[in-house]
Amino acid sequence: MASTKEEVKLIGFWSSPYSRKVEIALQLKGIKYQYLEERDLKNNKSPELLKYNPVHKKVPVLIHNGRPVVESLVILEYIDETWTQGPALLPKDPYERAMVRFWCKFIDDKCSPAVRKYLTLGPETDGENARAEAQECLKFLENELKGKKYFGGQTIGMVDIVAIGVAFWQRTLQEITEKELMNKQDFPLLCAWADELLSCSAIGDNLPPKDKFISLIRSRREAATATTK
Amino acid sequence: MTKGDVKLLGSWASPYVLRAKFALKLKSVDYEFLEENPGGVKSELLLNSNPVHKRVPVLLHCGKPISESLLIVQYIDEVWTDCPSILSSDPYDRAIDQFWAAYVDEKVYPSMRATLTAEGEEARAEVLTKFKEGLVLLESAFVKCSKGKRFFGGDQIGYVDIALGAFNGWFKVIEKAFNVKLFDEATTPNLLLWVDTFLAHPAINDIMPTTEKLLAFATSIAFPFPAIKAAAAARIS
Repeated sequence: MASTKEEVKLIGFWSSPYSRKVEIALQLKGIKYQYLEERDLKNNKSPELLKYNPVHKKVPVLIHNGRPVVESLVILEYIDETWTQGPALLPKDPYERAMVRFWCKFIDDKCSPAVRKYLTLGPETDGENARAEAQECLKFLENELKGKKYFGGQTIGMVDIVAIGVAFWQRTLQEITEKELMNKQDFPLLCAWADELLSCSAIGDNLPPKDKFISLIRSRREAATATTK
Repeated sequence: MTKGDVKLLGSWASPYVLRAKFALKLKSVDYEFLEENPGGVKSELLLNSNPVHKRVPVLLHCGKPISESLLIVQYIDEVWTDCPSILSSDPYDRAIDQFWAAYVDEKVYPSMRATLTAEGEEARAEVLTKFKEGLVLLESAFVKCSKGKRFFGGDQIGYVDIALGAFNGWFKVIEKAFNVKLFDEATTPNLLLWVDTFLAHPAINDIMPTTEKLLAFATSIAFPFPAIKAAAAARIS
């Protein structure tokens, strides 16, 4: 059980899915924390970030009683093991835990990069291969949802939190680019899951404001096009 | 001790497969090893057990598949609990274990691969410089994690020892084939000692393929990196 004298801080960035995933986990567990926003992650990283994550210099960084934990998947497991109140993010059974870790890694290492790659390809590039790869990844997730409300079963678990990138970040990018990828016809379970997830206040209230996020994506895309011309 | 039927699908030379083997050995788990032919046609069992990534290692415990080497090691640690733990028992130390194991996968393997694929001495020298910088970082990690003991895990082989140590055989191959030193007294004195301590551990020594066998494999047709073949062949002859 966590002591009342403990101190929890989180260094994050408002539009980073990895940062928001940790915030969602902290909220689900009812953990009080101080949030420290990185003002200029790209050009001027704060002394705190460089001090607490000297190896990767990235958000999120959880600082628990002065000790840093980095890498979002590591932080999520740490939160689950340290604070036993609130919903369990991982199951107790070793095999089920291995499956949770597997899907989390798959989403971060394979699915998200494949989806992002396809959605950010320029109009002059033939996106067929990239689209097929992205769809194949999403199909695995679609199959994983069969017979379940969430990836975690009846309740939100770690895979649901990690997959928020798909439910919000990638769906928004899909809207902006108007590319056909995660649609209700091919991915009925995934679309229903995303809607259900975003309607939960613990999740929905902790996402980047949509308009501000859309502006950010649009300005990044314009800047990228300008530099390639 | 067995808790049901255990099989490991793998290839003998893969460092990722070695991680699983080390963990099973440390926990005294009896298992059947099913060799996948490296570079050959993938077996139906592999494709069915790991449809997402279609690669080794895959642990099959009572028929249920677990893939991804670090996940397999964690699974073994969580199932066979009546032996010394591989991961630290404290959540914070466990987070540190996870961090450095992930670092090995993110940085060490790509560096090693870049060394094997670099074309020409100059390109290889550049890659090796970066590789050694990463190892210096692991040196300071070792000092913090080991707390003066022999392994990252302290007195016993731990998670980071397995994650990094699985590559020790291939580190020796790179050193021999290209006549370089990856670890040295000046920049990585603790890791220099750790490599040999790790390789000499009875659980590891039994399993790690010899440098000669790995080098022979590296110079064979089956191996996908031609640069090492040329360098190694020039040195062996």
